[in-house]
Amino acid sequence: MAAPRPTAFLNARLVDPESGYDGPGALLVEGGLIAEAVRGVDPENLSDDFAVVDCGGAMLAPGLVDLRVKTGEPGAEPKETLKSATRAAAAGGVTSIVLQPDTDPTIDEPAMVDFLMRRARDLELVHVYVAGAATRGCEGKRISELGLMREAGAVYFTDADRPIVDSKVFGRVLTYAKGFGAAVAHRPADPWLTTGAAATSGELAGRLGLPSAPAVAERIMLERDLLMAEQTGGQLIVDQITTAGSLESLQRAKARGVKATATASINHLSFNELDIGDYRTFYRLDPPLRTEADRQALLEAVGSGLVEVLVSAHTPAPAEDKRLPFAEAAPGAIGLQTLLPAMIALHLDDGPPLLDLVRAATLAPARLIGLAAGRLTRGAPADLVLCDVEAPFVINAEDLASKSKNSPFDRRRLQGQVRRTVVGGRTVFEAA
Amino acid sequence: MPIAFAPMEPAADIDDLILARVYPFPLRHLLSVGDLNRPDAENLLDLADAFVGLNRRQDKKLGALRGRTLVNLFFEASTRTQSSFELAGKRLGADVVNMSPRTSSMTKGETLIDTAVTLNAMKPDLLVVRHSASGAASLLAQKVSCSVVNAGDGAHEHPTQALLDALTLRRALGKVEGLTVAICGDVAHSRVARSNVGLLQTLGARVRLVGPPTLMPSGVDQWGGEVFTDMRKGVAGADVVMMLRLQLERMDGAFVPSTREYFRFWGLDAEKLAFASPHVKVMHPGPMNRGVEIDSDVADDPKVSLIQDQVEMGVAVRMAILSSLAARLENQR
Repeated sequence: MAAPRPTAFLNARLVDPESGYDGPGALLVEGGLIAEAVRGVDPENLSDDFAVVDCGGAMLAPGLVDLRVKTGEPGAEPKETLKSATRAAAAGGVTSIVLQPDTDPTIDEPAMVDFLMRRARDLELVHVYVAGAATRGCEGKRISELGLMREAGAVYFTDADRPIVDSKVFGRVLTYAKGFGAAVAHRPADPWLTTGAAATSGELAGRLGLPSAPAVAERIMLERDLLMAEQTGGQLIVDQITTAGSLESLQRAKARGVKATATASINHLSFNELDIGDYRTFYRLDPPLRTEADRQALLEAVGSGLVEVLVSAHTPAPAEDKRLPFAEAAPGAIGLQTLLPAMIALHLDDGPPLLDLVRAATLAPARLIGLAAGRLTRGAPADLVLCDVEAPFVINAEDLASKSKNSPFDRRRLQGQVRRTVVGGRTVFEAA
Repeated sequence: MPIAFAPMEPAADIDDLILARVYPFPLRHLLSVGDLNRPDAENLLDLADAFVGLNRRQDKKLGALRGRTLVNLFFEASTRTQSSFELAGKRLGADVVNMSPRTSSMTKGETLIDTAVTLNAMKPDLLVVRHSASGAASLLAQKVSCSVVNAGDGAHEHPTQALLDALTLRRALGKVEGLTVAICGDVAHSRVARSNVGLLQTLGARVRLVGPPTLMPSGVDQWGGEVFTDMRKGVAGADVVMMLRLQLERMDGAFVPSTREYFRFWGLDAEKLAFASPHVKVMHPGPMNRGVEIDSDVADDPKVSLIQDQVEMGVAVRMAILSSLAARLENQR
């Protein structure tokens, strides 16, 4: 790839989660890196070498880093390919994505990690990283080759949606991964309670006659996970925390010094179980949507920093998997392209400050997996998003770049149009 | 001496009755009792009442659905509901097609929606559907151009059962308003319970829910009825005891420890029934598990049991629903 021309982004609203600066400024990009972040007025005496982008006062922030993305590659390409997923990411201002390992075949050995990263590099769009399977085949029984996968570039380990039920195995995965400086992400769910469930137990699930699991199914497993992390000293990523009760457990564990970082999906921050309404399968998620009280608690936890990372939980499911009775429909929602506008919607709807939300989707996940991205600092990679925070628009799922169109934001009115996405100094997306 | 017959109403009267409603039936589909307000429900019951008389005559044929096509799409096995809809359709003059996709292309991976779209291309006027998944009828209704009647969707609703139960009660006890109805058994998995709770309350009855705590759905305390675990307390003074069918696979330690333990605490026998009102009536949507949820002595006692009446009312209620929906189809054209 030829080195892109030096570029000056002038007349911008810089949002830098590392320094906490949210104000006017300019950004100079050279050799794929940030050469200088200028606060206040635009720089004088700019060399003629720079191509100039007039940001028109729009937000210029680090590109988003999404720790939880599924595609259909390999094994289920009709759902989503690396190409369609990275195009969706670029169009949504997401400059780094981490693929989940529960593909077919499973990403549980170094050659698979290497293969996917090469495939993605050839697409020349956004950075693609891989989470390796914590156990072989994501079956929760035998530890995968964590060391070799780490060497091949795996950024953390997880069995994705499948809980590792055997506590002995889970403890060993945490301990072994710690030796290679890698975190282990785990979905807290007690499978004895959640298997077959499509909703959270409560008035709504009871009335609709949906198979349901109580919300405590999450907290039961989370307590085990936190205790195992404490016991082993391993680094735990709590994959998509959703309930007020779980947040209480997390807070106590963090106060004791347990190395745990929780993620929240944009879906659980944006919707509650009532959105299911008349069996709308685009709101069939895993974990299922919770009550409004849970959603509020989660939003507060993101604001306070208790929950540090935001994810899209991008899970493509084609129409044939969604046009089914609710409990039979595939769980999950796409989200790469709607993550940033949905974050802005949360902020505008009396939510946390934009800077905090941006931090949770850039700097915090980047640090967690050891990336230099997520900052507007000299020397940081020039992975950027330029977004017109004020611009209103209606999401039309058919227009999204993903091959699957299962967006719960379909026909929602949001604000925050991505105007340009830059990866390594090179523009990979520009709004028409 | 000649045998006395009830006075015969000519068939045309009923066509007139359908047309002479104070206001037309407002729904395009019948998916949930929650879609019915009280006048709609009472209207349907009045019409069904008239059909009961017709069904007792020798010549039962009517023309309200002549030229219409009714498709019975039953993904779950059913004897009485399916034959009840079939008879209702035929008596109203419709062409009736029965489909049980368990044995046809559904097993080859064709989805519910594919089946519906295929059926829709054959231009039926009315589609009666039963499916094991909650929300299936509502999903179909979004994808077809005909009227859909929910004949049972998972653990969600079975609205025609609730309407036939209400008609049975109205004819046996004069009115539904003010009655205390104890619904007993596996409430959690019962679509009959959900539809009855809704409709009985719409019609002004007081509802109680009785059963083992493991068979009560989450949030049942917000359904508007009193909840009891002790069956004797639950049926105390009740005008009606409505038993629910218990799936036998739920018995073996999964939800309750054993059949005999269930019968001991929640099976309806004469001893427990004695706690109810002296003029109590007993109902069951069928098919019954005798000796599990209900004792044969009670089920077969003509003084208290309305179970046979329920089956008879089923045909009349379904005729009322089909003709009301079809009349609306006509209005649209």
